[in-house]
Amino acid sequence: MTSNTVPHDAALHDAPLRFHVPEPASRPGGQPDFSNVVIPEAGSVRKPPVDVAPDEIRDLAYSIIRVLDSEGKAVGPWAPDLSNEDLITGLRNMMTLRSFDARMQMAQRQGKTSFYMQHTGEEAVSSAFRIALSPGDMNFPTYRQAGLLIAGGYPLVDMMCQIYSNERDPLKGRQLPIMYSSREHGFFSISGNLTTQFVQAVGWAMASAIKGDTKIAAAWVGDGATAEPDFHAALVFASTYKAPVVLNVVNNQWAISTFQGIARGNSGTFAARGLGFGIPALRVDGNDYLAVYAVAQWAIERARRNLGPTLVEYVTYRAGAHSTSDDPSAYRPKAESDGWPLGDPLMRLKDHLIAIGAWSQERHTQTEAEILATVIAAQKEAESFGTLHSGGKPSDRDIFEGVYAEMPPHLRRQRQQIGV
Amino acid sequence: MSRMTMIEAIRSAMDVSMGRDDNVVVYGEDVGFFGGVFRCTHGLQQKYGVNRCFDAPISELGIVGTAVGMAAYGLRPCVEIQFADYMYPAYDQIVSEAARLRYRSAGDFTCPIVIRMPTGGGIFGGQTHSQSPEALFTHVSGLKTVVPSNPYDAKGLLIAAIEDPDPVIFLEPKRLYNGPFDGHHDRPVTPWSKHELGEVPDGHFALPLGKAAIRRAGSACTIVTYGTMVHVAEAVAQESGIDAEVIDLRTLVPLDLETIVASVSKTGRCMVLHEATLTSGFGAELAALVQEHCFYHLEAPVVRVAGWDTPYPHAQEWAYFPGPDRVGRALAELMESR
Ligand SMILES: Cc1ncc(C[n+]2csc(CCOP(=O)(O)OP(=O)(O)O)c2C)c(N)n1
Ligand SMILES: [Mg+2]
Repeated sequence: MTSNTVPHDAALHDAPLRFHVPEPASRPGGQPDFSNVVIPEAGSVRKPPVDVAPDEIRDLAYSIIRVLDSEGKAVGPWAPDLSNEDLITGLRNMMTLRSFDARMQMAQRQGKTSFYMQHTGEEAVSSAFRIALSPGDMNFPTYRQAGLLIAGGYPLVDMMCQIYSNERDPLKGRQLPIMYSSREHGFFSISGNLTTQFVQAVGWAMASAIKGDTKIAAAWVGDGATAEPDFHAALVFASTYKAPVVLNVVNNQWAISTFQGIARGNSGTFAARGLGFGIPALRVDGNDYLAVYAVAQWAIERARRNLGPTLVEYVTYRAGAHSTSDDPSAYRPKAESDGWPLGDPLMRLKDHLIAIGAWSQERHTQTEAEILATVIAAQKEAESFGTLHSGGKPSDRDIFEGVYAEMPPHLRRQRQQIGV
Repeated sequence: MSRMTMIEAIRSAMDVSMGRDDNVVVYGEDVGFFGGVFRCTHGLQQKYGVNRCFDAPISELGIVGTAVGMAAYGLRPCVEIQFADYMYPAYDQIVSEAARLRYRSAGDFTCPIVIRMPTGGGIFGGQTHSQSPEALFTHVSGLKTVVPSNPYDAKGLLIAAIEDPDPVIFLEPKRLYNGPFDGHHDRPVTPWSKHELGEVPDGHFALPLGKAAIRRAGSACTIVTYGTMVHVAEAVAQESGIDAEVIDLRTLVPLDLETIVASVSKTGRCMVLHEATLTSGFGAELAALVQEHCFYHLEAPVVRVAGWDTPYPHAQEWAYFPGPDRVGRALAELMESR
């Protein structure tokens, strides 16, 4: 064999290669800059039928579906059929989540628990999605979808008891705060390990199809965590088996201190990740309750009608810190959140309700107070069962129970060593 | 010499190494601009540029896999896994690739990488921020495994790890980052500035991998341990009045068997202590070695004290952690046993 017979361009060959690391548009001290987030007019993106060929909607993976316009009107083909009562319930759910977050954040600061994670700015995503599901459907959530529980009517007291790791903690003190689990409420046990749940949702959906059931699954992942191999495995399996699953990517722009460009380079979108797999992909204004609901409904219907998976990217913004262990002022401009062009999901739904004459500032203020009272009452009740460092605690027996269905002898011996 | 926390010592080790060798690159999740969630790489990007210290996508597989490729090229990547609990996606790259590259290519390619990971509990991190997976590495031929217990060692050992020609797993007991921790969780935290091993050389210095340190000389029994448990063992020896010799292994592979054998042959009694789960833990290896090498010197069976064989719980952290109570009782029994 002769070696390299193709003549090469010497100038090109000698030019040094450069290493590329994506950088966010601005850093602390700089001005917030979201010019890279191209936002179409509300109502401007077409709504295809659910059985559309994936090839025909490739452009939707690069646009943003929006319903609420700047005057608070619901416009365009995606405007969903929700009653005023439904919308008010949606607003109340989001307000409850925000109030819950504020109280639990404060409880962590007071030393009543070890850790907390807020949803500030992202309340619409999980709250609206939950309403589009049916009983028996299963979510495989991350730690930032407590709206699924709240909108599904899961008791606030139970959530708080889990956060406090107290004697009524449904998870017996074993799990980090907010790592809820409730099969009954369609909420799969949260893992601290990112993205593991994303591919499991596909498996759950495959099982439902294998058994000829009618239930569908919803997978959840953050922008940053899409980089994990589990995400890619999920897309492969979902597309191969046309699994009845909705694959949700919550792009809140940040993964702790890392901007979303690190997880996908500075080009494309997270939704577009689906296209190479032949999975139809939508991108939606994650701060628009109506748009989130409409898109969820579309994707869920596709799954139920055996049309296969849909990838949905929710464009939103993590307005708060990553967690109680984080301080974002070290890596992004202090006022970046104010510059976020898609606004606040609560305010936008509130303005819409006022615009259609279904709500008023007085009712809002009154509801706010009422919700706060409800959350405080739940907190009092939860605290009567203990907090992390005082009052009622789960038993030390719970360390050893539940590792296996039946406790093997070596664990029994270890349990006896601490006399429980 | 300067006073350093363990975080500062680890940072200083990377700083010194990057300054001396252009081939040293540092990356991981949140490691670049922000400087790591524990701040171990703080300032390195500003000092050495984004080509040498940068943020990685959240893919442990990707982090270690690319490090293997860079090492094959000739770089010396020192990468961070944000918590040891998150290394599992990288395990195939570590076990099947990094560990065996030299062997399977007959030295044609080698893999001088360091994989740093915070390990251990004591911070109410629950089951996914508390694990001690060292035995999953010591079981793999081709890897070296290091667990420092103080700032001085952390710096000297990390520099040695970066300069080592083979892959090194560098486990950082996160409960020790800001001060020695003797297991008395209800007492005020002591900072490293009050500890003699918080005094660290400023420039380059390397400690050999495979050399243990005797933290406390004693004649009644030997406690073989590493990481956080070194401080628990020292406290228990102090408080119980039992004249225990405390050996800090510093590296698990290669292991300083000589120091262990010399000590146990002298004392005749041995406790093996770690925070990781008991069954198939590194303590099993240590107990077997002591039995093989010191059998005729032993006056009592080797005792193992370790984490329970369960996931690390959140609320019951102190009932799980092998603290001074549990270690103290086991030590008393070891002294009575014959
Ligand atoms: C496998 C794994 N690697 C790393 C982490 C540490 N970690 C926890 S949250 C997080 C950032 C996730 O960002 P993103 O996916 O965007 O979700 P968000 O927090 O923004 O909702 C990281 C790196 C983890 N929990 N699991
Ligand atoms: Mg994110």
